[in-house]
Amino acid sequence: MATTDRELAELTHHKAPHKLDLFKGVKKLPLEEYFTSGHRTCQGCESALVMKLMVKAAGPRTIVLGSTGCMYVANTTYYSTSWVVPWMHTQLGSSGAAALGAAAALKALMRKGKFKDEPINVIAFCGDGGGADMGISGISATLTHPDYNCLILMYDNESYANTDIQLSGSTPYGAHTTFSPPGKTKRIMHHRWKKNFAAMMAAGHPTCKYVATVCMSYPVHAMNAVRKGLSIGGPTFIHSLDPCPKGWDYDPMLSHELGELAVLTGTWPLYEVENGVVKLIGKTRDIADGRVKRLPVRDYLLKQGRFAHFTDDDIDYFQSKVDEMWNKWVVPGVIPFQKHLDEDRPPA
Amino acid sequence: MAEAIITPHVEEPKKKAPAQGDETSLITGSEAIAVACQLADVDVITAYPIRPYDTVMQYVAKLVANGEMDCEYIVAEGEHSQFEIVKHASACGARVFTGSSGVGWMYAMECLTVTPSLRIPMIAMVGNRALDDPKIPSRAKVDAFLPRYDRKDLLLHPDNPITVAPQANEDWLMEIRRGTAAAMERSAGVIREAYADFERIFGRKYGNPFFEEYMTDDADVVLVGMGTLSNPVRVAIRQMREEGKKVGFVRLRWFRPFPAEELAKSLGRFKAVGVIDRDFSLGSPYHSGVVATEVRTALYQSENRPQVVGFICGLGGREVTLPDVRKMSEIVSQAASGKPQPATQWIGLRE
Ligand SMILES: Cc1ncc(C[n+]2csc(CCOP(=O)(O)OP(=O)(O)O)c2C)c(N)n1
Ligand code: SF4
Ligand SMILES: [Mg+2]
Repeated sequence: MATTDRELAELTHHKAPHKLDLFKGVKKLPLEEYFTSGHRTCQGCESALVMKLMVKAAGPRTIVLGSTGCMYVANTTYYSTSWVVPWMHTQLGSSGAAALGAAAALKALMRKGKFKDEPINVIAFCGDGGGADMGISGISATLTHPDYNCLILMYDNESYANTDIQLSGSTPYGAHTTFSPPGKTKRIMHHRWKKNFAAMMAAGHPTCKYVATVCMSYPVHAMNAVRKGLSIGGPTFIHSLDPCPKGWDYDPMLSHELGELAVLTGTWPLYEVENGVVKLIGKTRDIADGRVKRLPVRDYLLKQGRFAHFTDDDIDYFQSKVDEMWNKWVVPGVIPFQKHLDEDRPPA
Repeated sequence: MAEAIITPHVEEPKKKAPAQGDETSLITGSEAIAVACQLADVDVITAYPIRPYDTVMQYVAKLVANGEMDCEYIVAEGEHSQFEIVKHASACGARVFTGSSGVGWMYAMECLTVTPSLRIPMIAMVGNRALDDPKIPSRAKVDAFLPRYDRKDLLLHPDNPITVAPQANEDWLMEIRRGTAAAMERSAGVIREAYADFERIFGRKYGNPFFEEYMTDDADVVLVGMGTLSNPVRVAIRQMREEGKKVGFVRLRWFRPFPAEELAKSLGRFKAVGVIDRDFSLGSPYHSGVVATEVRTALYQSENRPQVVGFICGLGGREVTLPDVRKMSEIVSQAASGKPQPATQWIGLRE
């Protein structure tokens, strides 16, 4: 006999998650900040904005665990902290384990009557290096545990930024990093295509109820994604794309605009997978529905010094790969399988 | 000050019907450890397979499956996560248990480098081989021995919004290390206290917590070792004693804090000392195992410095046999009678 959802919940002593209402617009956001002054991130750092809005959305009854990276080193230099909520460091590859450990402790202590029974959010964040490279096995494991309510947020500045901008599995094709400098005989040192991480997490963990991509140029959506991730129950995952003035090499005042361009060029599709249903969001949806025309990637790439060595051919190649995402993928912008229905059919 | 902080602790409900007296049952060491976790009311346990420690987790799994133990039992996807999960659980106030062996433990080492300086208690069993330990104490006695796990102002909780493990560089690292070192220095006293409490509550006596001596009173030479050497060494010593050879055995119980002064004082009584290492440290002084190096270091400061001969034996779980022990004793006796011996010798090696 199949196990029903309710039986599974009983089997795992499932704890009801925190119910957080969605924000209706930017004017309805609370004024309280839980990530405040005292950090030393670069001017225009969008990852710092992720931290600030993530915990603003989650509220004060939240425990945050943070992997090594800029958002550790720059935010919690010993003897100072920008966190108003309880915060703890975790190792570079350990965001999945950290979320699981904190959630498991709260669950056990409340069930056994040792702690007051109340909803407490658990969020673990990691960078793209700590998440998409080193932490993938731990994140993946955590997303298979229906018993624990926690959110893992990967802030993706597309490099190992804290150690001086080295390429990660999430760095876009061709980008100039300190491990992939354009040289005299090799213009393109990094020929790997960026991992399609959020969709990988969604497709690979069918019982994970919520996965979203966000960008802080669209803050209300991002904050609501955090609230959904914390309210839906079980482990959830959010992937944010964060322009990084130092790593991407641009004037800090362009951070917001670059986030928008990533979305408007179709390079960074915004979507949610909620209980297995894919939903494209905002401008991404407009692009998919033909209401808005995708901008050429050239507009996005050439504003960034890390692509300054690109020739027209390089830009065309990049454009062709983005076009493929939209024109050939089985779920445009999300799932990269291509259907060859005609070839599947044997000739009559 | 710590008391003033509001913590989320509530009065603990009475635990389920504690078995009153002690119970005697014939179980393996692995099962005994699982039962210890049950009696200690551990809250979060993480498992990952590797022999031989994993039999402990098999017993834990049975206890959980049969409703005999209430804990979060998490099968991790690797040892690194296994150790990191319990670290965070402990920071949030849970009593935790984990374990590993061999390469698994090495795989976890990266996260273990920071756990000590964070002073986050966690019990991790590193299994070499299980011992038999048949007596199971009552829950009531365990409760009397183990205080409630209360992190006070170090608890990671919204009622106590602290920042744990901020980033420290050369500007503070030395001071932090000094704090950890001071805690380690204090630990010797805490260990003595804990052994005394243990004896008082459970009525079981272990003598000197740091090392145990066997037939050393009139010994000319002793063997020193750690862990699972006891059985063959004791049997061999009894045999040799019947033949009139005055050999004794010193078994170390604690590697850190290393009881340097006390051990040096004890070993200074003998003419020669043989250190049996079931480990090997490549390129170390005299190409020794780790215990031999520590013993030599401990002895250097003392007035009486017997000859120290190192033995590498029983690696990878190979059995340490009675003839092996007799051979090592013979070599140490030779050293005692003034015949120089190589600093390190491999025993039980196939040629
Ligand atoms: C096991 C381990 N390897 C390497 C490092 C060095 N390290 C510190 S921060 C960092 C960069 C992490 O990159 P990412 O996760 O993308 O975060 P970002 O710095 O970009 O914010 C690295 C490699 C480390 N701390 N731990
Ligand atoms: S290097 Fe990038 S991610 Fe790091 S603090 Fe600066 S802007 Fe932020
Ligand atoms: Mg990064």
